[in-house]
Amino acid sequence: MTMVDESVKDVGVEATPEFEAAAIRQESQRGFLLALPSYAYLVLFFVVPLVIVVVYSFATRNQFGGTDLSGWNIDSYAKLGEPIVRAILFRSVWLALITTVICLMIGYPFAYFLATRSQRIRNVMLVFVMIPFWTNFLVRNYAWRVILGNDGPFTKTTEFLGLGEHELLFSQTAVVLGLVYGFLPFMILPLYASIERIDTGLLEASRDLYANGWQSFRRVLLPLSTPGVIAGSILCFVPSLGAYVTPEILGGAKTTLLGSYIVTQFLTARNWPLGASLSFVLMAIMLSATLVYFRKGGQTL
Amino acid sequence: MSSAVEPRGWTKAMLHANGWMVYLFFYAPILLLVIFSFSASRNVGTWGGWTLDWYREFGDNQSARNALSDSLKVAVFSTVVSVVLGTMAALSLERFTFRGKQVFDALLYLPIIIPDVTMAVMMLLFFSQFFDVINMVFGLNMRKGFNSIVASHIAFSISFVSVVVRARLAGMDNKMEEAALDLYATRWKAFRHVTLPQISPGIAGGALLAMTLSLDDVVITQFVAGPGWTTLPVYVFGLIRKGVTPLINAISVVMLIASMTLVVLSLVLERARGGTGTQ
Repeated sequence: MTMVDESVKDVGVEATPEFEAAAIRQESQRGFLLALPSYAYLVLFFVVPLVIVVVYSFATRNQFGGTDLSGWNIDSYAKLGEPIVRAILFRSVWLALITTVICLMIGYPFAYFLATRSQRIRNVMLVFVMIPFWTNFLVRNYAWRVILGNDGPFTKTTEFLGLGEHELLFSQTAVVLGLVYGFLPFMILPLYASIERIDTGLLEASRDLYANGWQSFRRVLLPLSTPGVIAGSILCFVPSLGAYVTPEILGGAKTTLLGSYIVTQFLTARNWPLGASLSFVLMAIMLSATLVYFRKGGQTL
Repeated sequence: MSSAVEPRGWTKAMLHANGWMVYLFFYAPILLLVIFSFSASRNVGTWGGWTLDWYREFGDNQSARNALSDSLKVAVFSTVVSVVLGTMAALSLERFTFRGKQVFDALLYLPIIIPDVTMAVMMLLFFSQFFDVINMVFGLNMRKGFNSIVASHIAFSISFVSVVVRARLAGMDNKMEEAALDLYATRWKAFRHVTLPQISPGIAGGALLAMTLSLDDVVITQFVAGPGWTTLPVYVFGLIRKGVTPLINAISVVMLIASMTLVVLSLVLERARGGTGTQ
């Protein structure tokens, strides 16, 4: 087997026995044919749509709300600098950032707690993290709508506690709450994966060398779990930035976010070029985040 | 971890408290939603005694029932197609080398990481052109609806299925396949009798994932749904935006049960996989 391989490498294709080259070609052909249906499908239903979005982002909106594809320009990208759009972009980034930080603050201790349990308890606990991760996203957001709504359990509780009547629904706080609820598992799972791999001997060694709890966290645990922190933060930040369902259900008119704004451009405002350029920007952010992730040596879940 | 680094005192108490709070945070809203779906009160968040009225209303509501059956049709159809295509893609990437393999590999990851809204926009713009072209060339009268919803769901599901099946294939020894081939099995026979039985838990896992994603999707479906065709999540989303009613509570709980069932099934599969897999 190895001899054949070497002969292929050393002597080159020309000198190999013909059947050998033919067999290799046939294998490669088989592989290609196997990939072809899904390859072709993704080119037609993913690559072509992606190209169309790019084309539209350079097009012009005419006064009838339609789109003129002739006369390319970067007007819709220039619009990103306008106060309204800029405010929405900033607000989206800000809320996504808050969501990520909260997820990290809750998720890190939780992942550490999870990683330090015994194998059996850990498995059970993981299952109960996975369930909300898989459960219908719309329904989970709607549950908060019920809780925060008029005369709902939340208002009842604050009244009971004597905190007075609080109206959380349709505020930015409610949106962040919904986003944290939705994306916390995305933070916990990669954090857990990276903390669980850490050699506990290193932590013990730091304690033996008179580090206190904080120092061994700061100097040993945290640096070693950085890949998990980065992965979890990206997995929280990117979907929060493009969130549409959560702000629509829990946010109000004053809390328009990027996702809703893009949708509005297509369904009501009929400014397709602007919507296309915004969704392209969103995708560019996502792609750069993913590149950072792979650069830092992260791996998929 | 050994007890030497086990946090003590306050840190320990805080870690435990945080753990319980996280679970409370995850499950309390779901539990409350289930409870309120049985409440007789017209206000969605207040208790008014037990009733099954809202579930009955769901049963009597023709458009909700249509949306449910549309959802199931879309889910089944897109799952079947994406499982076949995704498994083929996984096999080609794990077992063969061919020209353009790396590009294909990268392309397969894109639908997983792309934001929902971007994909929705892509599909909307694509189908607004695609049907025009098809109708012009073939003289048909195709519109957005079942076709476009299923096509979009397949476009994102293939990737997820292939990731799950690939993970299974990667952890599997291909010596058995080689042995079968050495013993004069044809390629197809080796696949049918050796590879397929071994990767079937992966395929089933991929199928459950594809089905879950199809039944959950709101944003993309909303953009490609046409007159007469909506899925249940899109229908519910529309209702929520008009104003919350106890009917939505009942439908939500039904959707919740459906997705919980799928999760439990996939966890059971995972268990089975762990039992028979390598190591």
